[in-house]
Amino acid sequence: MSPVDPAAQAAPGSAVGTDVPAVRLTGITKRFPGVVANSDITFTVRRGTVHALVGENGAGKSTLMKTLYGMHRPDEGTIEIDGESVVLGSPADAIAAGIGMVHQHFMLADNLTVWENIVLGSEPVGPAGVIRSKQAIADIREIAGRYGLEVDPTGLVEHLGVGARQRVEILKVLYRGAKTLILDEPTAVLVPQEVDELFDNLRELKREGLTIIFISHKLDEVRAIADEITVIRRGTTVGTADPATVTNRQLAEMMVGSELPTPETHESTVTDRVVLHVSDLASVDETGRPVLAISSLTIHAGEILGIAGVEGNGQAELVDAIMGIRSLTAGRVELGGEDVTKHSTLSRREAGIGFIPEDRHRQGLILAGTLWENRILGHQTRPPASNGWLLTRSAARADTERIVDEFDVRTPSIEVKASALSGGNQQKLIVGREMSGDPKLLIAAHPTRGVDVGAQAAIWEHLRRARARGLAVLLISADLEEVIGMSDRITVILRGRLVGEYDPRTVTPEQLGSAMTGAGDAAAVGEIAAAAPAPPPGAAPDSGDVGRHGRGDGDTTGEEGRS
Amino acid sequence: MKHLTWRRVLLGTAGPATALIGAAIIIVLILLAAGHDPIAAFEAMGGAYSDPAVVTSAINQTTVFYLSAVAVAIGFKMNLFNIGVDGQYRLAAMVAAAFAGMTMMDSLPGPIRILLTLLVAMAVGGIWSGIAGWLRVTRGVSEVISTIMLNSISTALIAFLLTPQMWAIQRGYNVLTRPITEGGRLNNFDLGTGTPLFSLILLGVAVGVAYWFLLNRTVFGFSIRATGMSETAAVASGISVKKMMFVAMLMSGVVAGLVGMPELLNGSAGSYSLNFQTGIGFTGIAIALLGRNHPVGIVFAAALWSFLASSSNALQSVQVPKEMVSIMQGLIVLLVVIAYEIVRRATVVLEQRDVARQLAIVETARNEVSA
Repeated sequence: MSPVDPAAQAAPGSAVGTDVPAVRLTGITKRFPGVVANSDITFTVRRGTVHALVGENGAGKSTLMKTLYGMHRPDEGTIEIDGESVVLGSPADAIAAGIGMVHQHFMLADNLTVWENIVLGSEPVGPAGVIRSKQAIADIREIAGRYGLEVDPTGLVEHLGVGARQRVEILKVLYRGAKTLILDEPTAVLVPQEVDELFDNLRELKREGLTIIFISHKLDEVRAIADEITVIRRGTTVGTADPATVTNRQLAEMMVGSELPTPETHESTVTDRVVLHVSDLASVDETGRPVLAISSLTIHAGEILGIAGVEGNGQAELVDAIMGIRSLTAGRVELGGEDVTKHSTLSRREAGIGFIPEDRHRQGLILAGTLWENRILGHQTRPPASNGWLLTRSAARADTERIVDEFDVRTPSIEVKASALSGGNQQKLIVGREMSGDPKLLIAAHPTRGVDVGAQAAIWEHLRRARARGLAVLLISADLEEVIGMSDRITVILRGRLVGEYDPRTVTPEQLGSAMTGAGDAAAVGEIAAAAPAPPPGAAPDSGDVGRHGRGDGDTTGEEGRS
Repeated sequence: MKHLTWRRVLLGTAGPATALIGAAIIIVLILLAAGHDPIAAFEAMGGAYSDPAVVTSAINQTTVFYLSAVAVAIGFKMNLFNIGVDGQYRLAAMVAAAFAGMTMMDSLPGPIRILLTLLVAMAVGGIWSGIAGWLRVTRGVSEVISTIMLNSISTALIAFLLTPQMWAIQRGYNVLTRPITEGGRLNNFDLGTGTPLFSLILLGVAVGVAYWFLLNRTVFGFSIRATGMSETAAVASGISVKKMMFVAMLMSGVVAGLVGMPELLNGSAGSYSLNFQTGIGFTGIAIALLGRNHPVGIVFAAALWSFLASSSNALQSVQVPKEMVSIMQGLIVLLVVIAYEIVRRATVVLEQRDVARQLAIVETARNEVSA
């Protein structure tokens, strides 16, 4: 996906001065009661390289990296860092040994500044217990400058976009003196342009002699950035690959032991029956700033409408507006020709809207509830969950069994808590639930985010089948491959507005990427903005910045509070 | 799945058991530090129960504690912290007592008088908590703050109403509502222990069953639990969180209104006076916590609390201050909060491993079949 910079490719040689590997794991086995999470893993990372570790969710990548980061001890095997055998009893040991980890979910305090976040936990303390802030800031500037990680140490983290936050996380690790960085799915939250920036940063780090372990699902990216690839499947290493020669298909086959599914919807099933029609939708945030201005959006039965966009550009607000969770300042929502603008979320659900929320842990599930209780969620007023006021528990249980069967939710029982399932299985349960009761419209926000390849293929297949039966689907995704592969039509959301419509058969990810960041055809954006309804009362006359607090460095800055 | 069930039982009892043992160990250390003989102290506490009258009154007190704890638990299930049960039950008892003591009530048939008294108490409790619920829903006022303030207001209101100028009569140094006349009170069960058993223990049972049924069998109860476990998921599922909050708060107050009824309708005084039992609302918070908001768990917690309290007098016979029991109760609550959290985390981890292991077995079986 991202073009490989030949200059950067040529660079690593300069830093590799010795043959002693930065990290060598030999024969690592880690058992949990009854399960072998890692078995006899051998993993060698040369110094000054980017080494990708790929594998499905649950293949044992995290377990292995937790071992390397000292979060647990392996049952068997040895860890060598820079040629010396070490025992890592805690992350502190790992940090002391020069290992740093950048977690997938950022762990930053919004209300602290960048430098405060970076020094948190290892503050440079002066004689009287005072934090030497000047020194800290200077140190951070020095490190940031050395590795080309642009960020202002004195700025507040809450004003930063996703890409900048990630740089802060990387700086945090570097500040602690890490020589080897573990990056856990670093691109999951980034758009193509941000990925390119990240990759530039990583190449810079590599040039300075640092070693990077890059964990990812995204094979294009892995091939673009890695110097070497190790594939892990079912807890053990199945081989290494050379990114210059290996194909995606070969990698995928190593990962899953079978063919990689692709998101394709085959022949069109679009009808002319309008299921959802939204017009002149407007909404504002707590401060009265407009966050949504949708002039018109229509989805037909049997159609998947894909919405691409950088996160925080109004996707969540649009979904909430259609679901009746968010109050509107203006606009109209019609479902199957009926005006439901004033209807509650419950009556919209009862009228046939299924909803796969973007954050399954916050909105999709009750983690502390059993699977069958989660089946009831959102359907609590309808059979088979209830008769209106009394729960029909046996019917709900039976229907949960059906979902577990049909949607291949891997679970020993429907009595276990939702928190016990893996992400992919949780998501399959949600998809199964939301497709029950013959919905007319399905709102699918990031339906395959963070799920493994197998679950992803299953979810895509279910969407396709439901579409063939006449379901209308609003698909919101940050995964452009998914949007392009699944949609009948694509539109891009930028600062709360829909900007342009694309044909998935002809559009490229790069074209969508520029439209998503507003870097594309400015004239086209202006045209659509002009056609959009007048901003609601209280809005700034120049509402070109709908949904954004500022442009910053090209990152989203709109809705960080949400995640 | 059989071992899973056993484990569930073990994990369920592990929390309170460790908390109790921990509290006992610490109390022994405190007793030793204060120069008392712990064995003598525990013997004295145990010996208290050889008197059946003590046991009966402890059961009576359990009923009262139970009602209070259920009132608190309804709120807890929704993450609402109703600290105002205390003010709600006192005001409800006072108004209900004044109402039941009115002369016009004397001519009505007994069951109707009882029923009306209970209804008035429930209504007053509901109104008082409803204020906090309404403020929370419409103005976003934290129910913790508003119920604490409403406690003070109800104290002042009771002081105002409980005067001879208003709804009370003076008798010696005491001020009380006009005692409920014969027929307006409930008969007790005489077990021949010297202390009669409150017949409103049946009300406690009814409230417990209703609480269980509502929570586990109705759509409404599901919505309450769902909101309590994840407000964001509840919103996305079309549950009106504001409505749920208001109704849960209201129901909490309605049950709180019943807390004073055993003493009023079963007790010997038959009126609300300066001697009426106070502070049960706060005790209810501790008991609900100890009983994990579970209709049966709260029974045990309330009994434990009540039996500990009724053994405190016996301690004095061995020259141990009876406040030692309060220390013990405090320790139990403190430790139980810690123990429950540890057990909760352990349960999550165990269950995840269990699922992973069982899936691994299935996976292996599949592979063998295909091979």
